[in-house]
Amino acid sequence: MTKMPKPNYISTTNACKLCKPMGATLAFRGIEGAMPFLHGSQGCATYMRRYIISHFNEPMDIASSSLGEKNAVFGGGPNLKEGLKNVTEKFNPQLIGIATTCLTETIGDDVPMILHQYQSSSKTGCKQPMLVAVSTPSYSGTHMEGFHATVRATINAVTEETVDTEPCSINILPGFVSPADIRHLKEIASDWNIKATILPDISETLDGPALAECELIPHGGTPIESIKKMGSATATVEFGRSVADENSGALLLSEKHSVPCHRLGVPIGLRETDEFFSTLEAITKTPRPTKYSEERGRLIDSFADGHKYVFGKRAIVYGEEDLVIGITSFLAEIGIKPVLCASGGKSGNLKKAINSACGDLLKEEPAIYEGTDFYDIEEMAAGLSPDLLIGHSKGYQLSRKLDVPIIRVGFPIHDRLGGQRILHLGYRGAQYLLDLIANALLTKKQDDSPVGYSYM
Amino acid sequence: MQSALLTERKDQVIRNDKTTAVDITCDKDSAAGAISQRACVFCGSRVVLYPIADAVHLVHGPIGCAVYTWDIRGALSSGPELHRLSFSTDIQEIDVIFGGEKKLYNALIELIERHKPKAAFVYSTCIVGIIGDDLESVCKKVTKETGITAIPVQSEGFKGNKRAGYIAACNAMARLVGTGDTSNIPPKSINILGDFNLAGEIWMIRKLYEKIGITVVANITGDGRVDDIRRCHGASLNVVQCSGATMHLANMMKKEYGIPSIRVSYFGIEDMADSIYAVADYFKDEEMKKKAQEVIRQELAEVYPKLQEYKKALHGKKAAIYVGGAFKAFSLVKAFRLLGMDVVMVGSQTGTESEYRELQEITDEGTIIADDSNPLELSSFLKEKDVDIFVGGVNERPIAYKLGVAFCDHNHERKEALAGFTGMLNFAQEVYSSVLSPVWKFMPRKATTQLEQSND
Repeated sequence: MTKMPKPNYISTTNACKLCKPMGATLAFRGIEGAMPFLHGSQGCATYMRRYIISHFNEPMDIASSSLGEKNAVFGGGPNLKEGLKNVTEKFNPQLIGIATTCLTETIGDDVPMILHQYQSSSKTGCKQPMLVAVSTPSYSGTHMEGFHATVRATINAVTEETVDTEPCSINILPGFVSPADIRHLKEIASDWNIKATILPDISETLDGPALAECELIPHGGTPIESIKKMGSATATVEFGRSVADENSGALLLSEKHSVPCHRLGVPIGLRETDEFFSTLEAITKTPRPTKYSEERGRLIDSFADGHKYVFGKRAIVYGEEDLVIGITSFLAEIGIKPVLCASGGKSGNLKKAINSACGDLLKEEPAIYEGTDFYDIEEMAAGLSPDLLIGHSKGYQLSRKLDVPIIRVGFPIHDRLGGQRILHLGYRGAQYLLDLIANALLTKKQDDSPVGYSYM
Repeated sequence: MQSALLTERKDQVIRNDKTTAVDITCDKDSAAGAISQRACVFCGSRVVLYPIADAVHLVHGPIGCAVYTWDIRGALSSGPELHRLSFSTDIQEIDVIFGGEKKLYNALIELIERHKPKAAFVYSTCIVGIIGDDLESVCKKVTKETGITAIPVQSEGFKGNKRAGYIAACNAMARLVGTGDTSNIPPKSINILGDFNLAGEIWMIRKLYEKIGITVVANITGDGRVDDIRRCHGASLNVVQCSGATMHLANMMKKEYGIPSIRVSYFGIEDMADSIYAVADYFKDEEMKKKAQEVIRQELAEVYPKLQEYKKALHGKKAAIYVGGAFKAFSLVKAFRLLGMDVVMVGSQTGTESEYRELQEITDEGTIIADDSNPLELSSFLKEKDVDIFVGGVNERPIAYKLGVAFCDHNHERKEALAGFTGMLNFAQEVYSSVLSPVWKFMPRKATTQLEQSND
């Protein structure tokens, strides 16, 4: 059932995915001192900035080679070089992350060659930023593939020759999670005395403080010095059951630098988080800090407190594949029945990954669709009588139509405040999600009740 | 301030010294790597045509172009809401190789069957320009087969900037003009051009015109309808607000049908009143003029005393403006003056030399005037002039907030009606509630300034 059932499916209405270069810019924003740069026409950069700003409410500068008609005909090389020069002059970045667009992929710009020419003609003596290029034609794949490909390209370009393995140093490739999630991962690593290199790290660059002076490039991000040393880590932990092998940074580190890799699901819910913590225990050969055993205990305690309000409720989950997998697995744990799991992504793994993450908790397999859009989600929802939706802001219209609450997770959240502060990961994230879901259902029940009620 | 400015942009920023004539470079391509706030040709077309609510708007391109423009305008409809859906052919690699015409044809047929629109606009994107799909012939075929007019919009992103997109949109609409029945249109009739019904603004404007005895034939394009545009050549006068966007259509209608046009602005009470008088004057109708005076007197009596209250609180505060079109900036300068505030910086993405000259005339000495600016410059202007409020769009918002400066959203995504008499009151209210908010006192930049002042 992973293929759309309708033979005439041609157009896309209200897509449930974003384009590949978008993912690239987000990943580059999580590297210290880096400036994302789109090689294409000006609109791509401006649109993506606007889209990202509306979620994070943070400045998001994306440089562009601003190609015009002449460049489209004669090649974008000169503009790319000019743009790199201007960005270097004005922003003094440590790294410029160059992602291609559908335009430059199709006119056939040889970006690695142009960059090579640029670097060899640059003035010596002047400090030049590191250049990392990734091919992200927007007509194939989604923003998530662009994101992972960028992480992998960065590792490939920046990581240096392995020296001795550094004890208790772990690479974490978290995928596209929220700044709050990354902060939580950092806290876990710190409490455990793990030297973690989290790539990318958007915890500060896309959720920064108010400032006295404007920063040319927001502070924070994965330090380039740490990326250089990723090949010397004890292990790599990569989140994402849908990540294809050719986009896996963990596999690359394993192949190139023999760093053992652990590819896990995104730690959303109890069991996926358990697996993450067990993996860390195995790698570090030390038990988890008590703080987290206690968090786990409190989470399970609250499962009991809340179970009656959520049991048997029917949920529609949509969004990026890995988030859908994680959320579905969590819902299965608390007795909510996922009736539809949908994503615009098309990894081919969604169904298998959901079943494997949910194990025997799912009595009945939900409808699972890849490569779908909101038109189809809406059509299918009509027959499913869901009690709630879980996903990003784009489900808002559907939630209004069905008169069921929407629990906002993932990206983009652009009709509410605080998208960047949503915690999805770990026991604490699961706790937050449980409270959010149970309370949304209680609110709905209270609102619908003719008399209302106050005690639970 | 010089440090924020790229060398090749130094002629695009001037300071009003009131004595020398304006010598500003404008209407040129954005510098590569400059992080321009501009979008692209496609964006220009999309924003103009988007509010036509009973047409299918199909983006022929990769998914991003459609997704990033999905329902981003606050353009309301009093009936159909087709414009709020995001249709795309979601071009894939295989279409790039073999051409996307077949897919476009199928998509159009599918969407026309599904939604029964009054017409279909098909937007060309960068990639379509490169692979050379013949939109014209596909649209012709579909029109013939379905009886629904399909219109190509030649809006390849790289073929210029937003202004070129406005022209493409006007060219597309011009194909509808002249195809409808005009028999029962009275002589005292107008078309409203260049208002997009953000937050219902065009409903207020229409009502004001109707109160003085005018018939409005077509809204172009706010709350727009295909059939109205088909017959709009039957109106006696085109009243053009956002002239950048729709003046081209007005000019074509003048040439083709001899319909004159006047330029107006609905922003600020002075300009709003002038707009009503200008239309009344055009028809040389004493009764109408009397009604106009009466209507304006009533509206003013309502809002003026309240505006005086705001003026007391806002007197002497400093404002900076950065908007898409320069014409809007004129009205904003006047509106701030009405509130007793000083405009210290004003800029636009796409202004012309004559518009910048006019800005020099109406602003005070020392005011910064900038063309096609970027975050780096804008933040340096905000700090240099120590502004109290910045007016712009979503991409400008985080620049202001990060530096602890109040902000007012005045682009096409706004949710508050800012046009007309009530709109002026809303604007004053919004400026007041942002400038006077206590939160700025806690911002690091303001806190430092205050500390310095108290030490002096």
